[in-house]
Amino acid sequence: MQVLERIDELRSEAEQAVAAATDTAALEELRVRFLGRKAELPNLLRGVAQLEPAVRGQVGKAANQARQAVEALIEERVGALGTSELDAQLLADRVDVTLPGSPARPVGRLHLLTATRREIEDVFLGLGFSVVEGPEVDSVVNNFDKLNHDPAHPARSLSDTFYVSEDVVLRTHTSPMQVRSMELQPPPIAIIVPGRVYRRDSDATHTPQFHQVEGLWIDEDVTLADLKGVLLAFSRAIFGPDREVRLRPHFFPFTEPSVEVDVSCFQCGGTGALPRTGARCNLCKGTGWLEILGSGMVDPNVLAGVQANDYDPERWQGFAFGMGIERIAMLKHGFPDLRQLYDNDRRFLGQFG
Amino acid sequence: MRVPISWLHEHVVPELGLRELAFRLAMTGTEVDRIHHHGVDAVEHFVVGRVLTCEQHPDADRLKVCSVDVGAGEPQPIVCGAKNVAAGQTVAVARPGSVMPDGTKLKASKLRGVMSNGMICSEDELSLASDRAGGIYVFDAEHAPGTPLADVLPISDEVLELEITPNRPDCLGVYGVAREAHAATGAPLGPPPWQEDPGSAGPVDPALASVTVETERCLRFTARVFEDVTIAPSPLWLRARLLAAGQRPINNVVDITNYAMLLTGQPLHAFDLDRVAGGTLTVRDARAGETLTTLDGVERTLDPDVVLIEDADGPTSMAGVMGGERSEVEATTTRVLLEVATWDGPNINRTMAKFNLRSEAGARNEKGLAPEQALEAQAVATRLMLELTGAKLAPGTIDVGAATTETPTLRLRDARVTRLLGAPVERAESRRVLEALGFGVAETGEGLEVTVPSFRRNDVTREADVIEEVARLSALDTLPSTLPENRTLAAARLTPYQRGRRRAEDALVGLGLSEVAGWSFTNVETLAKLRVPDLPHVELLNPMSVAQAILRPTILGSLLDVAAHNVAHGAGELALFESAPVYKPGGEDGLADEHHALAALLHGPVAPGDWRSGAAPAADFFAVKGVLEHVLATLRVAVTYAPAEDAWPFLHPGRSAAVSAGEVRVGFVGEVHPAVAAAWDLPHTAAVFAVDLGKVLAAAPEVTTYADLTSFPSLRLDLAVVLDEAVPAARVLEVVRAAGGNRLADARVFDVYSGEQVGEGKRSLALHLEFRAADQTLTDADVQPARDKVVKKLASELGGELRG
Ligand SMILES: [Zn+2]
Repeated sequence: MQVLERIDELRSEAEQAVAAATDTAALEELRVRFLGRKAELPNLLRGVAQLEPAVRGQVGKAANQARQAVEALIEERVGALGTSELDAQLLADRVDVTLPGSPARPVGRLHLLTATRREIEDVFLGLGFSVVEGPEVDSVVNNFDKLNHDPAHPARSLSDTFYVSEDVVLRTHTSPMQVRSMELQPPPIAIIVPGRVYRRDSDATHTPQFHQVEGLWIDEDVTLADLKGVLLAFSRAIFGPDREVRLRPHFFPFTEPSVEVDVSCFQCGGTGALPRTGARCNLCKGTGWLEILGSGMVDPNVLAGVQANDYDPERWQGFAFGMGIERIAMLKHGFPDLRQLYDNDRRFLGQFG
Repeated sequence: MRVPISWLHEHVVPELGLRELAFRLAMTGTEVDRIHHHGVDAVEHFVVGRVLTCEQHPDADRLKVCSVDVGAGEPQPIVCGAKNVAAGQTVAVARPGSVMPDGTKLKASKLRGVMSNGMICSEDELSLASDRAGGIYVFDAEHAPGTPLADVLPISDEVLELEITPNRPDCLGVYGVAREAHAATGAPLGPPPWQEDPGSAGPVDPALASVTVETERCLRFTARVFEDVTIAPSPLWLRARLLAAGQRPINNVVDITNYAMLLTGQPLHAFDLDRVAGGTLTVRDARAGETLTTLDGVERTLDPDVVLIEDADGPTSMAGVMGGERSEVEATTTRVLLEVATWDGPNINRTMAKFNLRSEAGARNEKGLAPEQALEAQAVATRLMLELTGAKLAPGTIDVGAATTETPTLRLRDARVTRLLGAPVERAESRRVLEALGFGVAETGEGLEVTVPSFRRNDVTREADVIEEVARLSALDTLPSTLPENRTLAAARLTPYQRGRRRAEDALVGLGLSEVAGWSFTNVETLAKLRVPDLPHVELLNPMSVAQAILRPTILGSLLDVAAHNVAHGAGELALFESAPVYKPGGEDGLADEHHALAALLHGPVAPGDWRSGAAPAADFFAVKGVLEHVLATLRVAVTYAPAEDAWPFLHPGRSAAVSAGEVRVGFVGEVHPAVAAAWDLPHTAAVFAVDLGKVLAAAPEVTTYADLTSFPSLRLDLAVVLDEAVPAARVLEVVRAAGGNRLADARVFDVYSGEQVGEGKRSLALHLEFRAADQTLTDADVQPARDKVVKKLASELGGELRG
């Protein structure tokens, strides 16, 4: 059978050619040469009908097998060559991955004061305090009188407090919001008040404008021990899980008892000496403690002075505290001069936030 | 308040080291600023010496070479420059190794060729005088050479510098501090130094002196008369004590008044009675315009809120604050009228503030002292006057407005202590603390009945005040840390406004802007530089400087200040924002109208230089508007922009817009006027926006409601329309939206072309329209009527022609 021999011949010719092909383009040429419309093998297959019936089946089968085998061979070879060609192509497309990203995008940051303020807010939100804000220009009544400040209290003087008129000041603390909030909301109440405050003071650790966070929690059974617990939780959240707090008696007109709160120094672990060298800790000046805020149990006079709601001091009690955001930021980040916060030099600001 | 330890030890001797005592005081409410050493150090090198010989120095006219017996060993050669040194004197010798009050350490050395093994000391060299008037110190009494100097002279002391809180004027006296130390440490407290009064009550012969009080601001006025007084320097122990306490010795009478004040906390004043005209004093409110020359030599004009003391010739003292020159004790004084009075504290405070005049007396009187203290100070001073000045006391005590203040009692309920502190305090412990502090205590069923001593009358008026005393001395150091047990409050979270503000700030940070914190203060010059010199503003009565004299009515000035600072320090491109209040006059209740501004400033390239695309374009109107649009889109606040014209003189009139949410104008966006940018030395165009964040967030939805945007795809089509270039894009979109029907979901400008193809004075806007239906997939045919209507309206209303 001549035809069958020819089929075998074509098949082995194709097999040799495919094996010898070195790229997918050559394989495409071979596909056309052996399997294309004008190629011999498909034509043989198409001509099967004209053959005598006795050989029709045999030839058709052989031709079909040959075509499928060649097709499979080409596919396999295309796959193999295609992968290595793609590899080569990808290698050729290599870039210098150490060049910067493009387009370059500037990085924005929150100011350190905002970042710190939010950090403090989030801790107290978690402890159940809502965040309220109030006016910075406030009355002498709200800023001093209703906070039980003696008429002769030195903070009232023109040398300490900015006055807008005889009865109106730039608030010297966020505490006026204690009274304002209690007049808006009946007890119980748990709030913090972040905001700008003003005092006539300017040096490395004082700026005439600065920021405080006031805290107030009034209920029927909120105690001084609760104040300690809340501020301990706060201190650990901000300064680290090993911190302790201690209360030191002090005097503030609007709390009774009044205490200053110290947190154990996070730099020396409260020992007063640096771990490696044993040198005196510069942060806490060797005391092991850092003063962070003033606080106390809200003075009965303040509660009794609330006009709009009944904060009967025999029934309601609780604590208030006030901390400086600048001081917390300064302790935590170790910059020496508060005024840098308001110079807004981007070389300074870019380090934080 | 400076408390020399040696003085404190006269009344209480705590068995604690100095640092432990300071710590204990600090932890019970008396803050210790520092502990400082007063006088000489290395005291073992200071000895008594006897000058055996005293010869002229061979090479120095003013020096003498002495041989001094210093006890053990050979006599020592000491070169001395004092004029009064002589053989036979018993003197104070500092030997090599001594540390002088200024910290210098003495060494053996040659002076002009002669060896000197130490120094013969003058009083000031031993911190016993404030000047060197007397030459070397010479002992009157005999002491054996070699006797340690510290055994016979007060040459070295430790001083506690205490910060006394304003509610505790009783601790502005050494005995008051001793009482605190007693309560804090349990060490026994000595009897009050005024326990024995050499004086007597009863009237004083009016021929000697008389006092009239005509004002309610003098609560009590006491006076005693001393005759045959000899003015002289105080004895050494008194001078040493005053110096250690920070007070300069003057003469015996003045020193006695200061000493009694430092011991009792009660100020005193000594008049030279012979110079009190008529021997009469009147205490009264000043008349407006009256003048008085105070001891500091300044003539002051008084008003009726000032209390003065006058004699027959007129005003002599500013009561409670400072005496006058005319009747001051001087070297020739022989008769003294010793005044101890109680004044209205707030009035004294106002007077000192008014005249910017502070004194040790005023600082105590302004706290409001107890009238009882007046006679305590008289007792202390009288004893010393008799002992130290040779005076004779005239019988009786002038006493006007004598103390009749009743003694208040307060209850201290055990349950209340526990409820306020969160931990119980044993009743016996409360009792111990209160008694140690001078309170009277009686048991009741529910706790204690507490009698407040006169010197705490202003401070302790309620049960809470008593609880503070108990807490600070026996509960604080062991107080547990707890959290409130019965929370009845709603969950805490930020308000929608606070969340919106964070979101807006974070959006700006995400775009690469850095937040700054400007000053709330500014000045009218800055407003002039902003070309808004007449902008209403809130002015401070007492600014710290002219640069910070008003509150900022606009946030732009501080942003420009920050930009200028950074440009001056080498920054070219800036992308800044501030989120902070601004202040305008005319708020409620006479306060300011405050609102929270969110403002941004771009200057120079909008992005850092890029290696592929090169330098970014410089910031301009559209760059900053893009930032604002991004923030507002983040907040889901829709706004409109209209040409600002000249509404904001600090903006470029052609490149600025008013921003409105609905009918409410919320702010502006634009390029800074070149003249303003130049005033801040900015090299590039500065582009800014500022919005009232409260108004913006009022327009933001708190909760968004679902719309079905996914079930059916939208259909998009683009149009290019040629219009007069004066027609604003916003007007075009307005027409498109009105004509597009309710299926038109969005319409935007995505390209602008002007040039030859569209002709002079014209421009082509490429519009992107998006149609959507909730219930079907739209086909071109479905939107054809809407499209036709849009095209028609653009033509009829704006003269627009479809392009291409
Ligand atoms: Zn430390």
